[in-house]
Amino acid sequence: MAYSPTLHSPFLPSRVVITGAGIISPLGQNWRENSAGFRAGKMAISEVSLFDTSAQRVGKAGQATLPDAPIPPRAWARMDRGTRLAYIAAREALSTAGIAKKSMPVIIGTSAAAMPIGEEYYKQACAGVASRRAQLQRVESYQAQRQMIDLMRALAIDGPLRIVSNACASGANAIGQAYHLVRSGHADYVLAGGYDALCQLVFAGFDALQALSPSGIPRPFDAARDGLALGEGAGFVLVESASSAKARRAGIFAEILGYGAATDIHHLTQPNPLGDAALLTMQAACRMANLAPAQIDYINSHGTGTPLNDIAEGNAIQRWAEADVGKIKVSSTKSAIGHLLGGAGAVESVICLMALAGQWLPASLNVREADPVCTFDLVQAPREATVQRVLTNSFGFGGANATLIFGQEGTA
Amino acid sequence: MILSITGTGAVSPAGWGVRAMMDLLESGKTLTTSPLERPLHATPVLRVPLENSTTPKIPRLRRTSPISKFAAAAAMEALGGHRLAAIAAGELRVGVIFTLINGCVSYSNRFFTEVLADPKIASPILFPETVFNAPSSHLSAMIGSTAPNDTLIADGAGFFTGIDLAAEWLLRSEVDGCLIVASEEIDWLSAEALCHYSPRFIPSEGAGAIYLEAAEGTVRLQNLPTPISFSGNSRLTAALKIRAALAVENHPSHLLIDGRVGIPAQDEPETLTWQDWLGPRLSPRISLGEAMGASAAWQVIAAVEAIRSGQAPQATVTAVGGNQQAAGCLLAR
Repeated sequence: MAYSPTLHSPFLPSRVVITGAGIISPLGQNWRENSAGFRAGKMAISEVSLFDTSAQRVGKAGQATLPDAPIPPRAWARMDRGTRLAYIAAREALSTAGIAKKSMPVIIGTSAAAMPIGEEYYKQACAGVASRRAQLQRVESYQAQRQMIDLMRALAIDGPLRIVSNACASGANAIGQAYHLVRSGHADYVLAGGYDALCQLVFAGFDALQALSPSGIPRPFDAARDGLALGEGAGFVLVESASSAKARRAGIFAEILGYGAATDIHHLTQPNPLGDAALLTMQAACRMANLAPAQIDYINSHGTGTPLNDIAEGNAIQRWAEADVGKIKVSSTKSAIGHLLGGAGAVESVICLMALAGQWLPASLNVREADPVCTFDLVQAPREATVQRVLTNSFGFGGANATLIFGQEGTA
Repeated sequence: MILSITGTGAVSPAGWGVRAMMDLLESGKTLTTSPLERPLHATPVLRVPLENSTTPKIPRLRRTSPISKFAAAAAMEALGGHRLAAIAAGELRVGVIFTLINGCVSYSNRFFTEVLADPKIASPILFPETVFNAPSSHLSAMIGSTAPNDTLIADGAGFFTGIDLAAEWLLRSEVDGCLIVASEEIDWLSAEALCHYSPRFIPSEGAGAIYLEAAEGTVRLQNLPTPISFSGNSRLTAALKIRAALAVENHPSHLLIDGRVGIPAQDEPETLTWQDWLGPRLSPRISLGEAMGASAAWQVIAAVEAIRSGQAPQATVTAVGGNQQAAGCLLAR
């Protein structure tokens, strides 16, 4: 957007819809493969082969399989692994939206960005043998904004770029910001999403914090859960005004009904045990959507599978839903693909779109005995359901909390 | 809606506080670099002096690296004690927007060194601070605000994207005011990285913060064009487009604060774009070094202070980043 004191006056909010969606995750390289995988309750956690984990406590994660270069090899070679994941999902989002070679804002969430290139730069700098030219190339391509400008060029998109790095809420915040841009009439459509690739530094970091499940099997909301599994992937959507979509007769995946963001100031890495900020974002999103908790058919929870996170989120859901908590259906799809960090909020948004499109609910896998905090209906196996409105939570390191609500068109 | 910048804060190689930075810029003096050692060789850099630190004494900052300490000091200076009290009383909703290129490079460096040596004993204290939004998180905790907090990764013109997002929040009345902060720290890894672009770069560090609110203050935000992305433009084309979008009058009394660093090849887009400028011109990065994400914040603060002190009725601030965008804003009394 642009600001000038004379340009702005109170606006009449536009209805906002999603007209394109794309995804790549450990379960598959597109919507169809992922939808089939979540619908069948598959899990895609495996041994990590991207870097050496032999000296770590844990060696498993949700590792995605990239396709062969879908663009000229030189352009593909310039892209970091995370950018490649983003490209695959963004291309699918634009393709399903029927948009090509356009000018539009792009808002992208990431947490680790091109860290594998940074790791290599560091190793070469310490070794002191790499040429200046090679190191310059690494420095340049390590920077997230350089990677995303290359992504935009590969997608033939020109426009302002915003990269949100709010840890594990980044992807949800990116979609939320795109929603606001369109809702306020500052853009007809915005490409928004999130991505992250597995990398050694972040993997070792979560291991150092003992946040990873030693078994490598994440069990969100299980009473004896012991940690998360990391994953990688990307999710992208085309966020568009309903009037623009109607004018070009675009197909509509869903309407964005609400978005809330708040900051948990309890601790850098631990959520407020009662889920105070999570409650704020859920309430804010519902206020914007003009919905009561009982009108939400499904929550795709943040649900990492760490002891502290799931308790905090469970408490927040209880406080938010109050007497209706028993009717609220909840699952964590991180149990199937791992925690995609900066990509999680966007990928889980796309999973919500799948639930709306297919009228089924994805599951929290691997639960043996549900934690007592689960006074809601924990979905432990994929099931058929009437799904009109869904809510997705994303909570990150540093207390970045975000909630998005999507609905079938006309359910506002 | 009128938006004004009503608070500024800075930490720079000139010292702790806006006054120290402005004294240096107004004197036209250059600072003496110090060598930043590492096993192979030393890089000349400009460091924030250790003396007279104004870093707030709060528990969340105990384990942090300089990036968070600089940011906290600049943010507190920009915010002022009266606003802090209003936040505590629940009378003021203050959002935080943090822009950066590099982030917490010193702890990333240390943590990855430990990982490569033996990941089983890599420090769990270091890792959380390496996450891009850790410094920003500390700011919200420090001021006790649960309002939205966003960290944006961007190039050297990214601070304007931060102002842009803050303007959105204010126009929606999502917050009453917004701290926009940029902070960077250097260690040998990032200093060498910058010098791969040109050995004439002087790597620098520090922070800048402004407080933006919907109010009729002394220094108003008059124009903030959408940044011009390099996705479809060269650096020069983007610089020319941002000048056109700023629509500034070329008048002898109007101040231009640009992002030139004193290296002709790097500066060429801004040099060519503004070569006919009639008014005074200031290039803070030449005096203060290249502090990546923080430099554009210093530029904006220098413009605010020039208007506040009556040196100029209006100031145009521009920067042409390295690999994302050209951006700028027009400030006026």
